[in-house]
Amino acid sequence: MLKLPIYLDNNATTPMDPRVLEAMLPYFVEHFGNAASRNHPFGWEAEEAVDYAREQVAKLIGADPKEIIFTSGATEADNLAIKGVFEMYANKGNHIITCVTEHKAVLDTCKHIEKQGGEVTYLPVKPDGLIDLHELEAAIKPTTVLISIMYANNEVGVIQPVKEISAIAKKHGVLFFTDATQAVGKIPVDVLKDGIDLLAFSAHKMYGPKGVGALYVRRKNPRVKVTAQMDGGGHERGMRSGTLNVPGIVGLGKACELCRLEMEQDTKHIKALRDKLENALLQVEESYLNGHKDHRLPHVSNISFKYVEGEGLMMGFNKNIALSSGSACTSASLEPSYVLKALGLGDDLAHSSLRFGLGRFTTEEQIDYTIEQVTNTVNKLREMSPLWEMFKEGIDLNTIEWAHH
Amino acid sequence: MNRIYLDNAATTPLDSVVLEAMMPYLTTNFGNPSSIYSYGRESRLAIENARKFVAKTLNAHPAEIFFTSGGTESSNTAITAAVRDLGCKHIISSSIEHHATLHTVEHLHHTGEAALSYVKLLPNGHVDMEDLERLLAESSEKSLVTLMHANNEVGNMLDIFAVGELCKLYGAIFHSDTVQTVGHFPFDLRNTPVHFITGAGHKFHGPKGVGILYINENVKITPFVHGGSQERNMRAGTENLYGIVGFAKALELASADHEKDSAYIKSLKVYMMEQLKKHIKGVAFNGDPLGRSLYTVLSVSFPKTEKSEMILFNLDINNICASGGSACTSGADAGSHVIRAINNNPNQVTVRFSFSKHNTQQEIDAVVAKLQELI
Repeated sequence: MLKLPIYLDNNATTPMDPRVLEAMLPYFVEHFGNAASRNHPFGWEAEEAVDYAREQVAKLIGADPKEIIFTSGATEADNLAIKGVFEMYANKGNHIITCVTEHKAVLDTCKHIEKQGGEVTYLPVKPDGLIDLHELEAAIKPTTVLISIMYANNEVGVIQPVKEISAIAKKHGVLFFTDATQAVGKIPVDVLKDGIDLLAFSAHKMYGPKGVGALYVRRKNPRVKVTAQMDGGGHERGMRSGTLNVPGIVGLGKACELCRLEMEQDTKHIKALRDKLENALLQVEESYLNGHKDHRLPHVSNISFKYVEGEGLMMGFNKNIALSSGSACTSASLEPSYVLKALGLGDDLAHSSLRFGLGRFTTEEQIDYTIEQVTNTVNKLREMSPLWEMFKEGIDLNTIEWAHH
Repeated sequence: MNRIYLDNAATTPLDSVVLEAMMPYLTTNFGNPSSIYSYGRESRLAIENARKFVAKTLNAHPAEIFFTSGGTESSNTAITAAVRDLGCKHIISSSIEHHATLHTVEHLHHTGEAALSYVKLLPNGHVDMEDLERLLAESSEKSLVTLMHANNEVGNMLDIFAVGELCKLYGAIFHSDTVQTVGHFPFDLRNTPVHFITGAGHKFHGPKGVGILYINENVKITPFVHGGSQERNMRAGTENLYGIVGFAKALELASADHEKDSAYIKSLKVYMMEQLKKHIKGVAFNGDPLGRSLYTVLSVSFPKTEKSEMILFNLDINNICASGGSACTSGADAGSHVIRAINNNPNQVTVRFSFSKHNTQQEIDAVVAKLQELI
């Protein structure tokens, strides 16, 4: 029997894997020590657990454990990377290059940097969601200190050409930071092979707990430094103070280990379901896939259904299928997705999009149900839509002048 | 012998009732609170209920309570905002603050954003109120006063009302690091003249990785962490859902049993003082242990001998968990900046014992007996 509601919003957050919770539980009540307590075993147990998690995290992304800084999540890690580099390398320059489809955590931080006297270039993206590498290279100035381009987009799942970006950054002696929140644990990410200098991600997007994330900061070739944004006890080698969230960190470590060991089999399973869902929904008349078809995360599908309102669409089945039209962080707003608009979608298509985010626990039964529900809802809404009727009658809607209201 | 944990000022064990309250949010109720479908709405509701409960307990308005990743982030946010958003160009602090405060004010001083003064301390470690008033009176710029409510190493408590009234008189912003007192003392924020206070769940049997910042409704600041509209645009980042639920639950338990627990813990502290005085020659206590002081913390100075110099090491070998000072700096050989500031006697060795409701008189007896051997 199918249990409702079905959760298909794994880009917003993921349920915790029971094995992750199991690993965390002893560190709540029993091994509760402060990892900074150096005089007694409660502290050592906590510290050992943190060290072990640091290894698990490092191993997933091909880093050295010493290069991992634990934070309260990806947003804090993004803030630390961008502000930290901006402040640390102020002598070199004040210019940062990013792109318009970044997550708000990066964009808002860049806006803040501009208020602080920094200069930020926001690269556009091509209709497929990828940045233009020539434009990137052309945007680099002598004052550029950082290129901040996300590994994979949270709304359309498009994977940026990270290796090529890092090569350009290296060629010009600029640091490269990537917000890899949606990519780590889902696709192979290797900071050495990918040439990444700083990388942020969080646990709750990969079946770990909320409230914990990490920033990778390269220690060799080059040795990267960031100015701490939170001062205090000097935890995390002075780069991030505050009592360590031991159970959360243990959970992040375990989540990383599971992703590393099971990525191949997870991907096979998820991608097959995603493709099934996508192929079926693209059979619906006037439906369009958003973002590059191939350079894309295996668990994401963002589809626009022309002539229906995304919000109305979701209302049709929201009780039974949890998914969103875009980023969770902006889902309360009725504005169309800035990411889709950046891909060149008009308001009509941007407003009619659904983001499907599959996960480790998604089943074929759920996908079959979703295909049926979404297809039916789209058809039903269109039956009631005057726009659809006009389209069917062959009227070119672009020629119509709409009254403003 | 079982381990005896007397380091509750560093962190406390999570209460199993708190864990129970958190469990649904670690398993089935996992939605992102920003999502608009049922999973998300349930999470949002849990957070707002937690906020309301915390606000009610501290007698504040829910709009004044912001959830953060912990006490350090809360203090960093408040202090930085006071300087950057509220125009405080002069910071008045003390040399015995927690490093979350000290290093933040030093940083702002170093970048030239604010001048920095340290208020004088009385021999018992309390803030010299006359000196504080002098600093406020002489300041030509708007001041931020940042003084902790209770010191984490010696337990001294600030007269938060007196300081707040002074700040009011001189138009200063007042931030108090209350990490050692939230969950240990009742608060009545509507009637307390303070602009910012902070709290950390793990200091009162709640979870690590979650804290609060109280921002008085009369002050408006900009975010410290950017990138999302969470916490009413004040603190970006997906909320630590289970942590927030746990924070509220821990505060609920702490408030419900406050009278009973505080009286009991205080009796342990007083008992330990008496036993130490009785059995160990030359023992002394730092701060104002029987006056304005945390009932949870006892800072003890032992005469320095070849044996006592190794006391923390030896306590540990004997399964007794205590610390030399703050956990956050307990790795360094630098010693405690707090002890240095108020008791710079090179012939003494300081140990902080800090208690919780789980400790017993038998444990105190066992520790005192062991200390007699070790000194």
